[in-house]
Amino acid sequence: MIELSAIRKVFNSGRPNEFTAVDGVTLSIDSRKITVLKGPSGSGKTTLLGIIGCMARPTSGRIQLTGPLTQAVTFSVKGAAAEVTSLPERFLTEIRRRAFGFIFQQFNLIKGITVLENVMLPAYPMGEDFKLLRERASRILSDLNLSGKVFSKVEWLSGGEAQRVGIARALINDPAVIIADEPTAHLDTKLSGEFMGIVERLKNEGKTVIIASHDPIVFDAPIIDRIVEMRDGRLSGGPQQQ
Amino acid sequence: MKWLEKQRYIIDFTLSSLLRRKTKNIALTLVYTLVVFVLASVMFFAEAIKKEASIILRDSPEIIVQRLAAGRQELVPMGYIEGIKKIRGVQSVRGRLWGYYFEPLAGSNFTLMVQEGGAEKGKIVVGKGILRSMRASEGDILSLKSYKGDWVVLRIMGALSSDSELVSSDLILISEEDFRSVFDISKGYVTDLTLQVRNPRELPNIAQKIKDLYPDTRPIVRDDILRTYNSIFNWRSGILLVIMAAAGLAFIIFAWDKASGLSAEEKKEIGILKAIGWETSDVILMKFWEGTVISLSSFLAGIILAYFHVFFTSSTLFGPVLKGWSVLYPNFRLTPFIDEAQVTTLFFLTVLPYTVATIVPSWRAASVDPDSVMR
Amino acid sequence: MRKSSIYFIYLAVNLALVFLLSVHALIAVKDAAYGLGLKAEMVKKLELTDLCLFTEARYTRHLSQSDFNTPFQDHPISFEHFPSGSIVEPPPHLRMKKDTL
Repeated sequence: MIELSAIRKVFNSGRPNEFTAVDGVTLSIDSRKITVLKGPSGSGKTTLLGIIGCMARPTSGRIQLTGPLTQAVTFSVKGAAAEVTSLPERFLTEIRRRAFGFIFQQFNLIKGITVLENVMLPAYPMGEDFKLLRERASRILSDLNLSGKVFSKVEWLSGGEAQRVGIARALINDPAVIIADEPTAHLDTKLSGEFMGIVERLKNEGKTVIIASHDPIVFDAPIIDRIVEMRDGRLSGGPQQQ
Repeated sequence: MKWLEKQRYIIDFTLSSLLRRKTKNIALTLVYTLVVFVLASVMFFAEAIKKEASIILRDSPEIIVQRLAAGRQELVPMGYIEGIKKIRGVQSVRGRLWGYYFEPLAGSNFTLMVQEGGAEKGKIVVGKGILRSMRASEGDILSLKSYKGDWVVLRIMGALSSDSELVSSDLILISEEDFRSVFDISKGYVTDLTLQVRNPRELPNIAQKIKDLYPDTRPIVRDDILRTYNSIFNWRSGILLVIMAAAGLAFIIFAWDKASGLSAEEKKEIGILKAIGWETSDVILMKFWEGTVISLSSFLAGIILAYFHVFFTSSTLFGPVLKGWSVLYPNFRLTPFIDEAQVTTLFFLTVLPYTVATIVPSWRAASVDPDSVMR
Repeated sequence: MRKSSIYFIYLAVNLALVFLLSVHALIAVKDAAYGLGLKAEMVKKLELTDLCLFTEARYTRHLSQSDFNTPFQDHPISFEHFPSGSIVEPPPHLRMKKDTL
């Protein structure tokens, strides 16, 4: 479980354009389940995702990991505690690398290089054996039906293919948690459905999935375990169980 | 091993990244190599010549005494020899006979020289450059027009060795009698004097005494000769200064391209790298390799090509500048005297600034928060 | 082949060449001793003072023998006719302030 306690995130603190993106969110996210953050744009979903995924520190509040997730997140990082927010930079980065995989709204693939390189990229700084890494990347791509596109430059991919490359990249380090920010924003209905199919597979593999979306295809999907509504940086309407 | 593997990954990415602008980066590398090539060639050539000169000329005369009249070099009266011999510390004094002969057929000057106890009348030994200029060979006749108007007929008895061309190419070793005939110089005069002294440390004093004794003379000591060649091809002189300036300008342009900051696209890419798990140090490392891949490759290629250019092809590309308007030019192969310190300095001057220019402007972009790409 | 492998090979080849050329330089310097000795001997025997590098003019042919007047004696304004003059400076003993010379 990922436990968030009174998370606040303020941007440009003290200046005229001070802005509170997340305003006191307390939330428990179950591991091995699919949680959807639902809300309009500007509700703070994206910022919250970034905080959960250890990409940014909250201005105040704590994040704690409990249960089986603790193991998955901290097993390779010696001495890392279950309380994430107070960890030094080095540990935070390690956890971010190994435990969380991010799927972006804009895909955010690196242009001009191949699909395979894009997928392997997150693992580069860790210096593991090349053949193993490449094999793993190829396997993930083939699971996502992208074997034929392995050496293509990303500019030549369709929207759906690019999205799947983004997913493959998020999976390269075999993270325990997958975080997706508006993943269906640039996909049509059919591809959105396919995406949810992939999410189901990930859940079956034991991964924790957190999705931010205001797309009904996502939050109405039967495989969703929980919807958390957000508005203006706060949880609204109380957590709803499906 | 992990460290090495990590470097290899980063270089993989850097090369992929550079190959996206293939033409630009290949052109950049070629020009970069060319600049290093020119600088290194000049460096190698200058150092090698200077070293050779210092070795070859170390036994040149200890003191040479010239005589000046109205700002021009004049013949020295034989009487000066007696006077100078009396100076304390002087071991021996000899009158040298040498001069320039302009040969219209070749269009160049030859240096005529009388060797002590040397040639017989009517016979000469010449440097290889003379043979080439006059398209002559051993046994041929060479006639010189004397200053009296008649012809002095000489037979070429032999040639000075090819190995010695660097000092002998334009020499004609001639007998004293023929020399005086050609230039119409009476027996009372010589071109200049050469001295041997007992104690080399006394050279400056003896030089001063000569000047005092004969104020119209000008002594030159061996040190002056050696130092002359130490300072040739000095960076501050003429053409070399232009070359240096051009090279410096080229490097500034290269570095400017990098140092003028990252484009929006580059910044976005770094944002993506940070978001997918790269640390600030990883991004900096990538930028380091981005600079080093180009500068190191160019440096190595440049110095290797320069070495071949100077020591295997005798600096053919510099030919026009070195030969200038000389009609007679010696054939010689330079010995590769290399000063490692110079090579190292060249390395730091060419590789370091470019790499730094690539890294420094990226510092800020590399330090962005990982979530910046989501905002 | 991985791009980094190609690059490393390129580096290795270059470094090997640099090494070989260094060895060549060492050997060539040793071999040159004979020729250099020959020239040094000729310099001693014939009492030579300069290398025969720039045969365009008197003061370029015998660099060490030129005096203050020499470069200017032909034409006061046109200092340099010849490219060699812009490669070679006047010798140090002319540039130093010595009242004797």
